[in-house]
Amino acid sequence: MTPEQIIFLIVAGATLVSGLMVVSTRNLVHAALWLVATLFGVAAMYAILNAGFIAVVQVVVYVGAIAILFIFAVMLTRRDMRDSGPQHNKNWWAGAFVSVLTFGGLVALFQSWAGFSKTAAVIPSGFDAVGLLGSQLTSPEAYVLPFEVASVLLLAAMVGAVYVAFTRK
Amino acid sequence: MNEWIYVALFMIVGAIIPIGAIAAGFIFGPKKPNPIKQSTYECGIEPVGDVWVQFKAQYYIFALVFLVFDVEAVFLFPWAVKLGQLGMYAVVEGIIFISILIVGLVYTWRKGMLEWS
Amino acid sequence: MNFWNDPLKVAAEWLEGIFTGWGLDAVFAHVLVVFLGVLLLITVLMVLDIFLVWIERKIVARFQDRIGPNRVGPYGLIQPFADIIKLIIKEDTTPDGADKVVYNLAPILSMMSVLILWAIVPIAPVMLGVDLNVGVLFMIAAGAIGTLSIIMAGWSSNNKFALIGGFRQVAMMVAFEIPMLTMLLIPTIFAGSMNMNAIIQGQGSLWYFVLSPLGALIFLIAIIAELGRAPFDLAEGESELVAGFNTEYSGMKFGMFYAGELLHAMTFGGIWGILFFGGYRFFGLEQVSPFLAIAIFLFKALVGYWVIMWVKYTMMRIRIDQMLTFNWMFLTPLSFVLLMVTAFMNALLAGTPTWVYGIGMFLSNVVVGWIAMELVRSYSRREREKIEGPKKVAEAHH
Repeated sequence: MTPEQIIFLIVAGATLVSGLMVVSTRNLVHAALWLVATLFGVAAMYAILNAGFIAVVQVVVYVGAIAILFIFAVMLTRRDMRDSGPQHNKNWWAGAFVSVLTFGGLVALFQSWAGFSKTAAVIPSGFDAVGLLGSQLTSPEAYVLPFEVASVLLLAAMVGAVYVAFTRK
Repeated sequence: MNEWIYVALFMIVGAIIPIGAIAAGFIFGPKKPNPIKQSTYECGIEPVGDVWVQFKAQYYIFALVFLVFDVEAVFLFPWAVKLGQLGMYAVVEGIIFISILIVGLVYTWRKGMLEWS
Repeated sequence: MNFWNDPLKVAAEWLEGIFTGWGLDAVFAHVLVVFLGVLLLITVLMVLDIFLVWIERKIVARFQDRIGPNRVGPYGLIQPFADIIKLIIKEDTTPDGADKVVYNLAPILSMMSVLILWAIVPIAPVMLGVDLNVGVLFMIAAGAIGTLSIIMAGWSSNNKFALIGGFRQVAMMVAFEIPMLTMLLIPTIFAGSMNMNAIIQGQGSLWYFVLSPLGALIFLIAIIAELGRAPFDLAEGESELVAGFNTEYSGMKFGMFYAGELLHAMTFGGIWGILFFGGYRFFGLEQVSPFLAIAIFLFKALVGYWVIMWVKYTMMRIRIDQMLTFNWMFLTPLSFVLLMVTAFMNALLAGTPTWVYGIGMFLSNVVVGWIAMELVRSYSRREREKIEGPKKVAEAHH
């Protein structure tokens, strides 16, 4: 095994364990903090793949904003941080079945796909991923419309949130 | 060699140093806990009621508005990097992008959600 | 002579030679050397941090017409070491009902969020932790860990003051992150890169402070709020919330929050110097020797730190509603307008000589700032009239 694979396995294992803790812990704030660990693991995964910009964005948006939002939501709505109800409902076996089936299906699918066993091409030195993203986002031939639509989407999210909060008053 | 290895090293060393300092405090400090000392501080009186008091829901609105602008800024960084080479049309695109979001800010403002009440 | 020009590289090659001589793998030896380098940098920072305590206390004393620590050692220089010994031998109490793991993790994360900032700070042309091409955003990502540590500390302490303080601090940090992010875009536009070193190299002819004085000012306000220092110290207003999110912390855990805050302030002073005042550059002096470049950078960082202290000990604390109004209704719209104007002027003046470009940028900033101040002035006049009645204000003008 190369050092890169060992690091990948450690990060992947930590991410999976934290993901499992999110759904199994009884304390809601702990669940939110484990979620932060999971998201951080995903960011580390991006960093291993040399996608530095995406990794940093993952931390800025998910850990810095969405996790804070989750923690606020948990603390603002619940008085009791401990969930005393049963851990799983009577359909747990169906959920387990579906997830095993999905996982198995994905593995089977990837086995038959040629790209699965390919090694990644070496990134040329001086490859400016962020700059390329910038010119693609603003180029009329490429993604300028999705770029502007993203703004409208964000506007819709903000107006929706404010509307919901406003009418409740 | 992946440059993020060095960032990971910084995180490891950055965690070791405070752990070491706190461990030193743990080793050299006295350990004589008693119920009065361990009770939470509340201006010298006995703690009253539960800590988990309900908070203003408005904190949540601020966090939401923040999230929207955070995502917006992330979109703008690649734009800003290439701006010098792209010329006026890219600038106009960026201005449209920001203006749409300012509409959202103005809406929130007019609805009075930005005022601490 | 070689050591004089690039001391780190010479030392690293020498150490790597020794390690490979022991039969270690070349890659592993390299990582080990980098690890030792990081350890050295962070140790130096922690020692600097100890002296920052002394600097801060001496300067506060001057602001408040006192002398400050002057008993332990010459000029009280040994005082911070005495403080550290005191913190170490203090009992480390954990309040009842505290969430032990989260409670102990918070000070560690708080210190770490400050220390990892130094991964991207270029202290000399040849001395830089990691030459990340997303340097500017990395700073915000490190700040996210700091925000998290504060909410963890506030929540896990099982204390009302800590929880309220944590909530306030986080609400403030996320609020002021918007102007901060927006102002980070301005050096990015000028330099055409998010890389810290590229931003410094881009300031060869003109500091970005000249091109965007208003941007530098807004960034300064945002970093002061991010630090939670006066006038934005409402999260730890002693008279109402005891000490805010770290009320229940004692001993070295409190020390970590305290030392982290001081180092954070100096780091942000340094980053302010990098983004707007040319970092280690000073009229070509940085080319003479890396040691001189470090001295220049340290000087700029300490000046930035001094400005932050100057604000802290001059301004009074503002209320939470004032803080939120100031940010969301003034600073955020202003920073967006400034960003749009800067992007527009940058494209308009592209290709013009440096002096035309500089003057144009400077003037556009002045105009934006002036319009914003006029709007605020008319708003405050209207508010005053609402309270005092129109007559009184008219009289006051005569």
